[in-house]
Amino acid sequence: MTIEIKTLKVEPRRQTFGHVARRLGADKPASRYDEATMDVQATANFHYKPLWDAEFWHYDERRTAIRMRDWYALRDPRQFYYASYNIARAAQHQGTERNFDFVEKRGLLALLDPAWRETVEGYLLPLRHMEWGANMNCANMCDRGYGTAVTAPAMFAAGDHLGMAQIVGRIGLALDGNSGASLDAAKQRWMEAPDWQELRRLTEDSLVIGDWFEQFVAQHLAIDGMLYPLVYGRFDAAGQALGGTAVSMLTGFMTEWHAEHGRWVDAVVKTAAAESAENRALLGGWLGAWSRRAAAAFAPLAAAVLGPEAGADAIAETAAAIRARAVRLGLDPLAA
Amino acid sequence: MNAINKLGLKQRYALLTNGLDWEPSYQPKSAIFPYAEFEGIKIRDWSKWEDPFRLTMDSYWKYQAEKERKLYAVLDSFAQNNGQTGLSNARYVNAAKLFLTGITPAEYQAHRGFAHVGRHIPGVGPRIAAQMQSLDELRHAQTQIHTLSHYNRFFDGFHEFSHMHDRVWYLSVPKSFFDDARTAGPFEYFIAIGFAFEYVLTNLLFVPFMSGAAYNGDLATVTFGFSAQSDESRHMTLGIEVIKFLLEQHPDNLPIVQKWVDKWFWRGHRVLGLVAMMMDYMLPKKIMSWREAWDIYFTQAGGALFADLARYGLRPPKYADVATAEAEHLSHQNWSVFYQYTQAAAFHTWLPTPGEMDWLSEKYPNSFDQHYRPRFEMWAEMERDGKRFYNNALPQLCTVCQIPMAYTEPGDPTTICFRHSEHKGDRYHFCSDGCKDIFDGEPEKYSQSWLPVHQIFQGNCGGASMEEVLAWYRLNPGADNMDQAGSPDQAMWDQWMRMRDRVAG
Repeated sequence: MTIEIKTLKVEPRRQTFGHVARRLGADKPASRYDEATMDVQATANFHYKPLWDAEFWHYDERRTAIRMRDWYALRDPRQFYYASYNIARAAQHQGTERNFDFVEKRGLLALLDPAWRETVEGYLLPLRHMEWGANMNCANMCDRGYGTAVTAPAMFAAGDHLGMAQIVGRIGLALDGNSGASLDAAKQRWMEAPDWQELRRLTEDSLVIGDWFEQFVAQHLAIDGMLYPLVYGRFDAAGQALGGTAVSMLTGFMTEWHAEHGRWVDAVVKTAAAESAENRALLGGWLGAWSRRAAAAFAPLAAAVLGPEAGADAIAETAAAIRARAVRLGLDPLAA
Repeated sequence: MNAINKLGLKQRYALLTNGLDWEPSYQPKSAIFPYAEFEGIKIRDWSKWEDPFRLTMDSYWKYQAEKERKLYAVLDSFAQNNGQTGLSNARYVNAAKLFLTGITPAEYQAHRGFAHVGRHIPGVGPRIAAQMQSLDELRHAQTQIHTLSHYNRFFDGFHEFSHMHDRVWYLSVPKSFFDDARTAGPFEYFIAIGFAFEYVLTNLLFVPFMSGAAYNGDLATVTFGFSAQSDESRHMTLGIEVIKFLLEQHPDNLPIVQKWVDKWFWRGHRVLGLVAMMMDYMLPKKIMSWREAWDIYFTQAGGALFADLARYGLRPPKYADVATAEAEHLSHQNWSVFYQYTQAAAFHTWLPTPGEMDWLSEKYPNSFDQHYRPRFEMWAEMERDGKRFYNNALPQLCTVCQIPMAYTEPGDPTTICFRHSEHKGDRYHFCSDGCKDIFDGEPEKYSQSWLPVHQIFQGNCGGASMEEVLAWYRLNPGADNMDQAGSPDQAMWDQWMRMRDRVAG
């Protein structure tokens, strides 16, 4: 048995916008991702050269050495537009919020082995500054990038890194009883501790990369590709026997985020590499240089947290994973 | 474990945010923030910035996700129920066309501009606020596209909004406005968009469009409006905080900021001319006249604002008095331009009905009957005689605001206002003293303007004939352009109304 509600029958005259239909190859219903993303950025007939960089237009393909016939080929496999992005992150953070509640109510952080607790404060809390550097880099990719397909997710990633900097900050406050003293100490480490100086140098150097696509590779593949598996994988695993489960719960967001974010990063790099041999050479060169730097910069911290041998092993393993990922993305094999 | 202190929102936000920045030592600060000084703005102490929102990223995600869920539920329902058939009148849709082609791409520009500022202002607090505004502006661009996507399925004029924004003559007015802001330094951008546009003028842009939607049965757009309202309040608060912060930080900032306020007020006023004609001529059910809106939102609210800012030495924008006097004429002159050039516009035009003319007489007792009614009555007579008036000459454009030179002299509505300046041996033309001042302040910048009429004459717009230029615009002649009467839009609407009458009968 079916019931039918009587309505006025009206026939649409077209299914989507002209620019979207041309991309779909026909006038057919388009996804919200496509309508919100495709050809949204202006491309022609600009009025004035920027006072802050008169060499280029404010939207200019030449701000990177990468060349694309169509910048909208760099699609986001997650199909994020503003609404789907925020809804995904809000749901994800709800899990983090529940974990904070759980950990705080049961006083789980008190179960941390005292020496390991000090180690955690040493390796985790200064990362809020690195997250903030990543935030600035992502904002820069949105500012200087070309085409909404890649610039909109870059701004989403900027928001993500701010969010993660604040999760790290909250862990600090949970550890220091909301005094903020642990965050002050972490900043001092970031500024002065020998283990952190190459990481700070790496971060500051990444902030001044002129080519936004090089910055994309340096941040998302080289730096993030080292940071997340090492800190939230290897370091975290080392803490399990020392009461570190609470830390894993509070940083679950980062592990989940890195896997999901990686799908976008991989799609962008793979597509750009497949476009031309020149692109492939540039991407491979950038990744080789920045991932070697990232491995060297993380080495002292890994040694301090895991011990010299296990630390070196973790760095080597993570670097190998980046090399394997490069091959998967169609780049030429990177030198070890 | 230490004893846990209870944290207030402000304290918690400060702990999670303020210390994120650091003094770099491996790169010079000037390399990390290369655009912080060239405008001459002096900041003594960024830590004096009081963040007005204290919104951590997790709260941002949460609030915004809730709003999006509600908004998209309404959009889906509007589409399912063919909400467009409940509009006051098919003419209303033309206001939505103007919005999608003129304003939505500007929201997108604001998104990218705030990404630039959110990277380059050297202070954590304002940078985070700018980044959140960048996300919000992307939201507005994308949700507007989604809201109006349903209209695009039924009505003409929406289908090439992005392509048109880069090309069509009157869309270069909002485009050049935002290009101007985007190419300015980060502090000027903040004042231009954050203060002059969002704070001083938003009530004259956002509110009329959204109220117009509410009055005319456009439930989808008005729901977007309500949903964006809390974002807009945040943007207004940021705009006022920024200007106060700059003025408090150093007395040398005052003349720079004053110059920007003068410039962006006038630039904004010119763009708002499109809103003026939308309110007075395009809305079938009118909210209030442009003149009334100007009195409430600029003269009264803006007056109070500038009285408050007087303690910093800031005076009201130059030519505010001229803009107020122009409120008597602006909408009539603009609609007259579009009526004459209906063949080249991507929305429909019409003459005001006798009832609407009476409304205009009532709202504009000092100008309408004397200067504009006779013109519209003459044009109506020509239409009846089968001689509808089209202007087939390309108009001269103002180099700064890019509007055809159709505005009249202050105090003399029968004489067209012409101004000009010489720069490097060329003569540049302006519609007003306000636009001439802006050019004279930065001639290198404005002499670059991509002026649509010049470009057509130079052969850069598809060809020399109207047909070729319209094809280059991707404008479908006979569907997107010309009068509402006789348009495919109107024919479809009439058919819907007949169907409805049959069902009701």
